[in-house]
Amino acid sequence: MAERAFKIIPIIGAGAGATLLLLALILGPLGALFWRAEGVAALGAADWAAVRFTVLQATLSAAISVVLAVPVARALARRQFFGRGALITLLGAPFILPVMVAVMGLLAVFGRGGAISAMLGWLGLPPVHIYGLHGVVLAHVFFNLPLATRLILQGWLAIPSERFRLVASLNITGRDVGRILERPMLRDVLPGAFMVVFLICLTSFAVALALGGGPKATTVELAIYQAFRFDFDLGRAALLAMVQFGMGAAAAAVMLWVAVPTMMGAGLGRTVERLDAPNAWWDGLLLCVMSLFLVAPLAMIIVDGLPNLFSLPASVYSAAGRSLSVALLSMTTAVILALTIALMVVRLKRGALLVESIGYLVLAASPLVVGAGLFIVLFPVADPVALALPITALVNAMMSLPFALRTLVPAVRDIEASFGRLADSLQMTGWVRLRLVLWPRLRRPLGFSAGLAAALSMGDLGVIALFSDPDSATLPLQMYRLMATYRMDQAAGAAVLLLGLSLSLFWIFDRGGRADADL
Amino acid sequence: MKYLPLAAGFCAIASSAIAETPVLTVYTYDSFVSDWGPGPAVEAAFEETCGCDLKFVGAGDGAALLARVRLEGEHTKADVVLGLDTNLTETARETGLFAPHGVSVELDLPVAWGDDLFLPYDWGYFAFVYKRDELTEVPRNFKELATSDLKIVIQDPRSSTPGLGLLMWVKAAYGDEAPAIWDSLADNIVTVTKGWSESYGMFLEGEADMVLSYTTSPIYHLIAEEDAGKEAAAFDEGHYLQIEVAGKIATTDQPELADQFMAFMVSDKFQTIIPTTNWMMPAKMPKAGLPRGFEVLVVPQISLTTEPDQVVETRNKALEEWLNALSK
Repeated sequence: MAERAFKIIPIIGAGAGATLLLLALILGPLGALFWRAEGVAALGAADWAAVRFTVLQATLSAAISVVLAVPVARALARRQFFGRGALITLLGAPFILPVMVAVMGLLAVFGRGGAISAMLGWLGLPPVHIYGLHGVVLAHVFFNLPLATRLILQGWLAIPSERFRLVASLNITGRDVGRILERPMLRDVLPGAFMVVFLICLTSFAVALALGGGPKATTVELAIYQAFRFDFDLGRAALLAMVQFGMGAAAAAVMLWVAVPTMMGAGLGRTVERLDAPNAWWDGLLLCVMSLFLVAPLAMIIVDGLPNLFSLPASVYSAAGRSLSVALLSMTTAVILALTIALMVVRLKRGALLVESIGYLVLAASPLVVGAGLFIVLFPVADPVALALPITALVNAMMSLPFALRTLVPAVRDIEASFGRLADSLQMTGWVRLRLVLWPRLRRPLGFSAGLAAALSMGDLGVIALFSDPDSATLPLQMYRLMATYRMDQAAGAAVLLLGLSLSLFWIFDRGGRADADL
Repeated sequence: MKYLPLAAGFCAIASSAIAETPVLTVYTYDSFVSDWGPGPAVEAAFEETCGCDLKFVGAGDGAALLARVRLEGEHTKADVVLGLDTNLTETARETGLFAPHGVSVELDLPVAWGDDLFLPYDWGYFAFVYKRDELTEVPRNFKELATSDLKIVIQDPRSSTPGLGLLMWVKAAYGDEAPAIWDSLADNIVTVTKGWSESYGMFLEGEADMVLSYTTSPIYHLIAEEDAGKEAAAFDEGHYLQIEVAGKIATTDQPELADQFMAFMVSDKFQTIIPTTNWMMPAKMPKAGLPRGFEVLVVPQISLTTEPDQVVETRNKALEEWLNALSK
């Protein structure tokens, strides 16, 4: 026992360090805002209305995204077809797009002047009315359905292929496969997927407002924005950020409590060959409809921007270079933090859920409050403007951590459960264990996490908007600047460049992670 | 311990080396410093004569800029803050962070200017912009707009400068009648966006017939894109005037340079740059006049404004009315 404890301490220490860093990044800025606030803050009726709307839209968006994602993920898990890999990569696209670009793409399809309205017009029908709660939910489903699909797909792929062979050889088919293999997996995976989407929608602001059609669609993040920018009431901004946080914490608590970890047992990591899989036409139809829903807005963005892609000002390309380095730095940070936390979480006897939730809760942090709070903390000791890029990379890493944890924690848990005792008995520790036991099985989730972290960082405006210096603009910032100076065409070109770079980053790492896999 | 004097000496030399070219730090809104804004040309022109390094720092938009300066307080690294507007000057004055600009110059503004702290560098009117070939009956005021079937897209006053401008516009034109105007406008509003760029982009893509912008917007399309198809609707109740100003920070360590910059700001060189980079009217008409294209600018008959000391009160009341009318 003593020997085992000796091996575990460094892992726990590193994980605890990473968790503390995370906590400091979430709570530090809040504390800083309270410290600088004058007077006691209170929330008004309008703030509570914002809370209600936020919970409503986030719950609806998460529920619909997850419910739709289940059949899509199943179809992807049990079908092999030409272009499947490309489709799975493309699934990542809506999620990593800068929000305003995605909104423009959605409007080009579903808006008053969009493709569907135009078709209705030929039939003499009025245009689609997209603005309202349904518009907000549509946009959030567009962003998050692919993410939910990916998270659930990971669950399907984590079922060892031997189990599928076994059910096939036992002549178990259809519904019974669901009962024996799939439903326990979903019980494990769905609550987490729901929670991640819920948390993402919790801090939505620009999208909710633009598609919500007016101030009815005021979210808590907008109320924070108002408190900070309009009223300069730092106390209220911090209080609202805490409420937002509380909502996230409540959601996380419920979901982690609902989730039931599965015990599939070990497999040899072979390619899944499904010998059951009925209803090919149904899976095909489903995948077609979903692809159309996701690809049509993307196609609009590309058609709109492509003509300007090669005539962009040089400063846009240098911003792209800067964004690439921020993305790589952010990715490295995110993966290291996530891996250390994941390794710790699976070893903790108590408090594992707590640590895991802290990792997810980052998503409920208000980007504005984090930025302003870091600014207050840094300003007396350093020049925040000079640190703009590293801070952006760090905050971006933090924001992509939940996704990395979502994929890494179950993976590490499975590996330790299946191979941990064998590795222990062979006295494999440290580097050897990491290389021989963990690495081969973690490649896929690590690649996915790294790709997602890099792509998210690439597309996120992040805190740079608060600290900007004319010479250190990132690509998203440069794109917004083009928009702010009437250059919508060039901004559309920059958006295509951004989309291309983000997707390439995602593809490279994700692909690298599953080089020998069946995806 | 013997290294300490050495280190101190090194620091002294290092800081004196930096001091040789003094740095003037100007905080401004982000679109001013962008490659397509006035920033680069202004920096080059000022550095020709000042023997200094002019450093722009961008911070969101005007309101975010003021929030940033308030966060930094009297330890702010800014020497000059450029980009506040008349809806923000009173709040800025109350911070006590600004010093008198000391520039006396005859400005070309539609209204008299007597502020000793803040000096205007450009101005413009908010207006609804439309596409000429798609709109046959152009509304001539808010009431006609409200009774028409036209769809408009506007910005949220809580997150956008023009959005707040529209609130103040309706309030200045209609006073206590403003809530009724908003009630009747509600069905014309397609949506409200976080910022100007989103609205304008949506308007260009055909999501709305009109967009809240500036009277100068059509001039951009005319000059930069040779597109004469956009037009600003002239409203007979008048248009709300936005005057953009700069102020000198009281605690600046570069008072002479800051003064020099404030004077430069209303000089011919700076003012010539403004019209075709910031797409606003110059506060002091350049000797060469306005660039070609500006002659078609819609000039409102009435300039609407709010008394500076009334701004905060009016703004809060107008916001409440707006939220009530549009949240039904």
